[in-house]
Formats: sequence, structure tokens, C-alpha cells
Amino acid sequence: MLAKRIIPCLDIKDGRTVKGINFENIRDAGDPVELAIRYSQEGADELVFLDITATNEKRRTLAELVTKIAKQINIPFTVGGGINSIEDVTTLLNAGADKISVNSAAIKDPELIKKLADQFGSQCIVLAIDTKFENNDWWVYLNGGRIKTELLALEWAKQAVKLGAGEILLTSMNNDGTKRGFAIDITKQISEAVNVPVIASGGAGTMAHFMDIFIEGKADAALAASVFHFKEIEIKELKTYLKENSIEVRL
Amino acid sequence: MKIVILKYNAGNMRSVSFALERIGIEAIITDDADQIISADKVIFPGVGEASSAMNYLREKKMDNVIKQLKQPVLGICLGMQLMCRSSEEGNTTCLGIFDQKIKLFDKPQLKVPQIGWNSIFDLKSNLFKKIKEQEYQYFVHSYYAELGENTIAKTNYELDYSSALHKNNFYGVQFHPEKSSREGQTILENFIKL
Repeated sequence: MLAKRIIPCLDIKDGRTVKGINFENIRDAGDPVELAIRYSQEGADELVFLDITATNEKRRTLAELVTKIAKQINIPFTVGGGINSIEDVTTLLNAGADKISVNSAAIKDPELIKKLADQFGSQCIVLAIDTKFENNDWWVYLNGGRIKTELLALEWAKQAVKLGAGEILLTSMNNDGTKRGFAIDITKQISEAVNVPVIASGGAGTMAHFMDIFIEGKADAALAASVFHFKEIEIKELKTYLKENSIEVRL
Repeated sequence: MKIVILKYNAGNMRSVSFALERIGIEAIITDDADQIISADKVIFPGVGEASSAMNYLREKKMDNVIKQLKQPVLGICLGMQLMCRSSEEGNTTCLGIFDQKIKLFDKPQLKVPQIGWNSIFDLKSNLFKKIKEQEYQYFVHSYYAELGENTIAKTNYELDYSSALHKNNFYGVQFHPEKSSREGQTILENFIKL
């Protein structure tokens, strides 16, 4: 049976892992390569690296970091943050990334998803959606949660999958950093509406939150950062707990 | 020992090469027929689309080179699928080393591609030495190989399918051992020792 995935996320800034709360108050959380190795040894199923200050000048530095990671770790990983062209994607996949995630650039030019899927295959194109619940709806935000769009998360997810996105990485801005649990309702809505895997992100605080997002939220994978970085939750302990609760995980 | 990774237009050559480096092996990534034929072991990786990959192999005349290899050959993911008879992906005639047909996962309740860790069972090969029944491996694929006499491992995704094949000197795995943690590494080591 296909296992539910546990995915630590490493936000990268200037080659270091950082962690903020609600997309703000960034603080240092260590060397990404060391953390990546630690997570893969502890039983992480996959890793996500988001370059939160990605700019064109930094792209080469990021590619070098990606190669260092690819050499060291033996599980799949996704790289995202500021990716906006076929050239960016080519560079990062060639550097050793297994998948790339696109966010703002795909909102500005949805055809980018199609172009990337046609060229590289849907399996390596993850659409990242940052969403916030306001006025009774889940709205899509861009530029790392700074700018509100006119798109609804559910509609955008469906459109992106039609264009060729192979996975959805859904971050609830309301939940991110709160440690009060994932956004179950929107995750479930999207997971039931699209036939590609949905990775839930934002809000993990306890092991029960992971169980809830898999069972009630119908997520295929759950992503978290600080609870793993600061060892508030051990991956192995989490997976044992999930297994005891009849959730299929790789142990 | 000379290990060659086939270079073509649908490869994850680099991931495979890094995985081999982690077990102390420097592989050669090449599309040169002489280099391929003279290798001790050949790895045929793959991430991509079947018809364009087959077209490329035919243009470069690599299709016949692969079919005639006598040393152990390991196809990974698309590499394994291209070693089968045909694929529904782009209605492609493949190399025909294994008799399997490659079909699309087309049940409505299934998420496609299958992405993630799934278990392998009914293991029947030295390729799986030291690997437990129901061990997890990492899969990313929308198409699958049917079961058949070449099946040496099965996986279930609403239906049982071949997650590994073996015939003579040819081996194929649907999963990515290069991305499957220690257990995947063991399978690569087993292949190198064949």
C-alpha cells in the first residue's frame, strides 16, 4: 500500500536554513546539508527546500547547494522559491533536484505549468499554493504571502492540475507557524477535487495534527518545518504513532 | 569494475551516478556503443516520456545495442518500461526484452502519478538479497507493467503489478533504488555484485 509521506521543509536564505512565523520573523536554524542528512537518516520520506530569497543572482548558489544535497542524501527532494522560467527548472533539475515547485510565477503565467510539464513531465512539477481564509473563502496569495490575488485556492488547484501540475503543496497562511494543526477543510476539498497528491503544510504542532490531516484532511503527505528543526517532534516517533493509529507509513 | 549509465534524453543519470558514488563506485555516463558494450554492468535509468525516449534511442541506434547486451543490465523506472514489449504512453513499441505491456493506471479513485513509498513483495531474485518482504521503495509513475513470468517483485496500487522484472541478464525495477534510502542502496549493491 502507498504510504503517507512525512516531509520536513527547509526554508533557505543565503545558503542557511531559517524559520519564521507566519512568513515573518526569520531566524537561523542551521546548515541545510547537515539537516537534510539528519532528516533522511531519521526516516523522512522526502525533503522540500524553499529558497525564500531567491533572486536571479542567487540561482547559481542555490544550484550548487542542490548538488551538495543530491550527493549526500538518498531520498527524493523538491526545490522551490522564485522559480519562474524553463531555464531555472533546467538548472535545478540538472543540479540534482528530483522535483521543483512553482508558485508566484505560475499565478502570473499559468501556461508556465503546461510548458514545464510538457518538457520535464508532470511528476517533477509541484504547484505550491499559499492560501489564506478571509471573508468565507480560501484566497491564493503570491510573493511569499505578501500579495493577495483574485484566485480561490480550490479553483486554482483544479486549473493547475489540468495544466499538468503533478502534485499540490498547499500552505495555509492562517495555520502556518501557529502549531494549532493543519487546515483540514481546504486540504480535504482540494484532495478530493484533484487526482494528484496533495501535500498539506502549515500548522503542525503535535503528532495528532498529522493523524488528523491524513484521516480527516485526506492529505497524501504532510509537511512541517519547525517541529522537526527544533526536535519538538521526532520523525521516527511520529511515524510509529501514525502506524499505531492504522495509518500506512514507511518505518 | 566498469559501470556504465546510459545517457539519453530521458535520464535521471545524475541521481543514479550520485547514488553509486555513495557506495564507492564511479560510473561512466555515456551513449557511446563501444563503452556500453565493454562495460561490466549497465544501468538504464529513466524519467520522462516513453515515445520520445524510444524515438531518441532508435535515432541514436542505441535500441539494438541495448537488446544485444550480454552483461547484467538494470532498467530503472522508464528504463524498465522501455525494456518491455509496448507502452500505452504515446502508443509506443518498446525494446521487447520483457514480454510485459505497459498500461496506464486508469481507475478513477487513483491519484496518478503514483508518487511515494510503496512496498514490494513476492520477491524472487538475488537482486533482493537482504531485502525483507514488504520493504518500501520510492515510486513515481503513471504507467505500470502487468504481472507475468518475468515478474520478480510485485507492488499493489489498487491492483498488483510488476515492480521488478528479470529475464536472462536483464533486470528492471519500477521504483527508484537511487532514491529509496538504505534499502534502495542495498538493491544497487546487489546489482553490482551480480
